Formats: sequence, structure tokens, C-alpha cells
Amino acid sequence: MPPSEPLVELNGITKSYAKPVSLFKRQTLRAVDGVSLSVRQGETLGLVGESGCGKSTTGQIAARLLAPSGGKLLYRGEDVTGAGAGALRRALRRRIQYVFQDPFTSLNPRFPIGRLLGEPLKINRLCGRKERQLRVGEMLETIGLDASYAKRYPHELSGGQRQRIGIARALILNPEFVVLDEPVSALDVSVQAQILNLLKKLQREFSLTYLFISHDLNVIHYMSDKVAVMYLGKIVETADVDSLYSRPLHPYTQALMSFVPADDLRAKREKIILKGDLPNPLAIPAGCPFQTRCAHVHERCLSAAPSLKEASPGHSVSCHLYA
Amino acid sequence: MREAAAIATEASLLDIRNLQIRLRRTRGAGLSVLDGVSLTVERGETIGIVGESGCGKSVLSLSILGLLPSAMRIGGGEIWYEGRHPLHTMTDRDIRAFRGKEIAMIFQDPMSSLNHGLTIGYQITETLRLHLGYSRKEARERAVWLLRKVGLPRPESLLREYPHQLSGGMRQRVMIAIAVSCNPGLLIADEPTTALDVTIQAQILDLMRQIREEDGTSILLISHDFGVIADMCDRVLVMYAGQIVESGTVDDLFERPLHPYTAGLLRSIPTPAKKNSPLYSIEGHVPALHERGAGCRFASRCAHATERCRTEQPELVAYRGGHAARCFLAEAEGGNRHAAV
Ligand SMILES: Nc1ncnc2c1ncn2[C@@H]1O[C@H](COP(=O)(O)OP(=O)(O)O)[C@@H](O)[C@H]1O
Ligand code: SF4
Ligand code: SF4
Ligand SMILES: [Mg+2]
Repeated sequence: MPPSEPLVELNGITKSYAKPVSLFKRQTLRAVDGVSLSVRQGETLGLVGESGCGKSTTGQIAARLLAPSGGKLLYRGEDVTGAGAGALRRALRRRIQYVFQDPFTSLNPRFPIGRLLGEPLKINRLCGRKERQLRVGEMLETIGLDASYAKRYPHELSGGQRQRIGIARALILNPEFVVLDEPVSALDVSVQAQILNLLKKLQREFSLTYLFISHDLNVIHYMSDKVAVMYLGKIVETADVDSLYSRPLHPYTQALMSFVPADDLRAKREKIILKGDLPNPLAIPAGCPFQTRCAHVHERCLSAAPSLKEASPGHSVSCHLYA
Repeated sequence: MREAAAIATEASLLDIRNLQIRLRRTRGAGLSVLDGVSLTVERGETIGIVGESGCGKSVLSLSILGLLPSAMRIGGGEIWYEGRHPLHTMTDRDIRAFRGKEIAMIFQDPMSSLNHGLTIGYQITETLRLHLGYSRKEARERAVWLLRKVGLPRPESLLREYPHQLSGGMRQRVMIAIAVSCNPGLLIADEPTTALDVTIQAQILDLMRQIREEDGTSILLISHDFGVIADMCDRVLVMYAGQIVESGTVDDLFERPLHPYTAGLLRSIPTPAKKNSPLYSIEGHVPALHERGAGCRFASRCAHATERCRTEQPELVAYRGGHAARCFLAEAEGGNRHAAV
């Protein structure tokens, strides 16, 4: 399948929360602020950024687990932002799946694995009991566990096995698009390698499209075709993986990339150590959101917010240095 | 055996000899959590400890501070500080006087060691008044100085704030300010940056480097991140299933890992050059306490395991430059190992 048409598009997506700041006062927190992204069929879009910058919120909106406050969500070119009822809603529920960082918290500890995996099939009334068992067995095999695991309980599994179950539960409905939210962040490096290999294998076998969320730059590089860098609710840079890692443009991305270890871990790199802290998310200053930590901040950055513009074909950045 | 009363300047800052940590009670009685762990930390040195979760890294650091969970006890071995303080036999009361003053610790999650209900100022000044007998005013002045030293803005007003009002990176800096407040000789940092983002992580590591240089503090750095270890440490210890399986300088260990476990961990890191090939992974899992057999503890996951490996326990053997490994294969090759294991 040629990776051509966008399967999923986010168009100016915004999500606001009202946060109480005192007994009588609430303030609006913009967790996601005008995010536009598109993921093409069969590709992986990596989403990277600091914790709390809005990656999960964006992912949940893309997976239709959360309704945006503004903007549009398109699936195969069709506006599905408000697809609230009927056949379309049911179809999307199967085609789009979400995998959490720690699937354990979302798995009922009292159900055996077999039942946990069969549940989505049952809820969606896709097949009878016999076939359900068969599909569960097949799915366990696909993710590298033998059929006897159907009788085990979540607490009997290691972190890596639990993540395999989380992935299996998402895939059993044969989805097209899967949002993976920090799926290996809680795992040790050797187990992480197993899960990353598995995710790539499954992507090939079932021609899956991924939105892959992580704060780990190595992992993002390994998994992604394209990468979007997020900072305080906004996309500050997006490009294909090679050009982002070899020619980062945004000062924040440049700092991030200076920490990607060389293949020889001992090679010392010139690291860009940022000064200053993240601003309070409830009091993001006017102008560029990165100004409190940017070494290139100039007058214009304090008053006018830059917007995402194409700097070279396929490579966009939101920074006054390039406008 | 060396004399316990060796002259302080000659002794290592920290000297752990053949430490055994056992389970206390009923079912697990006799099972060893740590087995024959020996290590030294010299003045001004940074030692790294790596290994998968559950290998005993945190238990090791807690044992140094007399903070073992109640189900565990020291079942053998010695822990000497400056060659004259036997931490392994000290009473809780004596060791408490050491903690925070001579040996300080920072944890992965600063929220778990900061008190939610007390101001930042109270938590810093309390340590200073307790250990160094500072007056309220002296302690306050030093607290402001410390907060500034760790790079926190507007220190005076921070003193009146509570931990939950700060970001993760700021809280970790407060923890470090408290940890270094009494100029400890040894700073134990257990995954100090794991919960933080890369740019903040870099700031915190930079701060630890600065403290090491300015105050000559030694650091025992526990991390599962080889990048962090390579960046910060002089020497590294690799732990597996309660034992040290390899140790050496950062250069030796990364360039020529002797133990298949170390080599496997290094190979499974998804560095950019590996993008288009499947990653190497160590199948299986770290054996639980009751699963450890008589042989090499890595045998169940090792591609090179032989019959001997499954029945006999390899010793930690030192080769050229003090590079040591606990592996029969390394022994057979006399520590001359260049190809990827
Ligand atoms: N249900 C919610 N109610 C209020 N605030 C929320 C909610 N979910 C997330 N937030 C806030 O939105 C911001 C972005 O969060 P999140 O999307 O989880 O970021 P990330 O995944 O990048 O760590 C954070 O400040 C977070 O506290
Ligand atoms: S717009 Fe200004 S402050 Fe923002 S990243 Fe660019 S140079 Fe820095
Ligand atoms: S002793 Fe044997 S099983 Fe253990 S690491 Fe060496 S080769 Fe592998
Ligand atoms: Mg998240």
C-alpha cells in the first residue's frame, strides 16, 4: 500500500480545562492549543515533548476518547469530530484503538487474560463464544505468548507481558489506527526492545497506522517516519525523522537533539543545557511559549506568538528566527 | 582482612565488603536479596550502578543508609564509611546522625521524600538546625544560598511555598538543595532524573556535576540509563539478580563488555544507527529470589550458557585494569573479549 492519503488529520485542535486557582476563581488551561497533524496510512507519526505538554490529550482526542474544545478531526477525509451516534461511531470504535503506558491500571485484575482479551469482541458483538476463544488464542500467539496465558491473571505477569496484553487487547478488533501512549516508558531496556520489535512486526503484518507518543528520543527515532515536537500545548516543529534529527530548527528541538546519545555512548557531545524553567501552564506568557528558556529570545518573541511555517519542503517550524 | 582502624585519609570513603542482605521472615527466610556485594567509592569519585529493575540496586543504596525495609536484614558482610564508621553495626540512632549529614540521598520521586504539609523553607532549615546546630537566622540565610546554588529563582519567596506548588524539575532541585545542605561526603542518587524530561534531566545532571566539582562530594549514581551513566561516571557496576556481574571504568565497560548481560543491555538500546533493523533483546526475565538456581544466575537467558554454567556459580574475576566479570566465558578467554558477546 503506498503511503499517500492521510488516514487521520487533526485540524486546529484545541482542548481547554477550567482549573480552580482559588475558591472563587477558575482559570482556563489550554492543554492543547491549535494542533494540526496528519498521519498517513501505514506510517508512524512520533509525538515527542515534555510531560504535561499535552501529548496524551492530543492522543486521546485523535483516538476519540476525548472531545476537543475546538478544531476538527478527520478520518479518511471525513469529519468525525462529532460522530456521536449510529454506524459510523461503532465502526470508528473498532478502527481506532488506544494503548496506555501501563495497561495494568486499565485491566480488571479479577478477570483472567482470556476474558480480558475476549471482552472487546463481546462488547462489539463480533462473534460467538467459540470463535472468541479461537481468536484470543490466535492473538496470544501473535503477540508472542502461548495459549496457556488465557487462564492467567494480570498480577501474574511481568511488565513486558502486561504491555503485550495491552497491545493484544487493542489489536483484537482489527483496527486501522492505533495511538500508543508511552507504551515502553515503564519498561527496562531489554524488555523495551522486545515490545518495539513486536510493534514494528504487527505494523507490517496488519498494515497499521500509528501515532506513537514518547518522551524518549531514541525510541521516537526508532519507531517514527515523521515526528512532531510539542511544547506547552503547541506543535513547534514537524518533519520527517531524518531531517528533524539531523537538522533541527527550533531552539527547543535543537536542545532535545543535543541529548540524543551518539551510537558510541562514550562520545561526549556538546549538550545544550537550557536555562530557566517551564512557565506555569496557567500563566503562559504572551508571545512565544518557549521564551523563558530560549537562548535566542529577542524583542519580537515577547509580544508576537510565532506560527508553524514551512521552512523547507515537509519541514515546518514555529519560531521567529525562520520567518 | 584490612584493619578497621586504618588511617582515614588512606581508607576509601565507602567500602562495602561481601555484603549479604537476607529476607527475615517465615517463607522467604534465608533467601538472599543481595549476595556478596563488594564495592568502594573514593573521594570525589562518581560510581554508577546499572541493571534492570528488581536486580537489587535500590536495596543496596538503602542498606548503606540503614533504611532497609523491615522484611530484610544484613546477613553478613561489612559497610565502612571513611574506614572507621561501621555502618553495618550501627544502631538506628547513630546511623540517623549520619544520614543527611555525612551521607545524603536523592530519590526518583521527590514528592515521596518531601513532606507535603511543610514549607520548603522549614524542610531545609530543619536539616541544618538538626545536624549543624544552626540558629533560625543562620539556617534561613544558608537555605536562601542553597536554593540559589541549585538554580532556583526567587529563593526568598520559595521558602514560604509548598512542594505541590513546584514543577517536577524544581522539586528535584529542592531535594538536591536539602541533600547537599550539610556538605555530605557521599551523595546517593537513586534514579534522580528518571521521572524528568530530557532538558530538565540535563539541568539536574549538570547541577550534580557542579556540586561534585565545587564540594568534592562523591556520588553513587543508580540508573537504568546507560547514557546518563556514560555521561556522569568514572566507574560502573552492573548488577544482576542481587549480584555484581561486571565492573570497570566507563570506557572499558562500554567498549569491551565482558559479561553477556552487559553486552545484551548495550545492544538493546535503540540508538539511531539501529533504526532499520530489529533490536537485540534479552529474552526471559530476571529470576525471582526462589528461582535462582545453583549455577550462574544469568544462565536461563544467556546464549552462551553451558552445562557448567547451569550447575556452578562463577566468581567475580578481575582482569586487566581492574575490569571484572562474573562469567565462565570471560574466564576462558582471560578477559580478552573484543567482538560483541
Ligand atoms: N482531565 C483533565 N482535567 C484537567 N486538566 C487536565 C486533564 N487532563 C490533562 N490535564 C492537564 O492538561 C495538560 C496536558 O496534559 P497531558 O496531555 O496529559 O500531557 P502529556 O501527555 O504531554 O504529559 C497538563 O497540564 C495536565 O495537567
Ligand atoms: S520565537 Fe523567539 S523565543 Fe521562541 S523559539 Fe524562536 S527565537 Fe526562541
Ligand atoms: S557464566 Fe555462562 S551462563 Fe553465565 S553469563 Fe557466562 S556464559 Fe552466560
Ligand atoms: Mg502522557
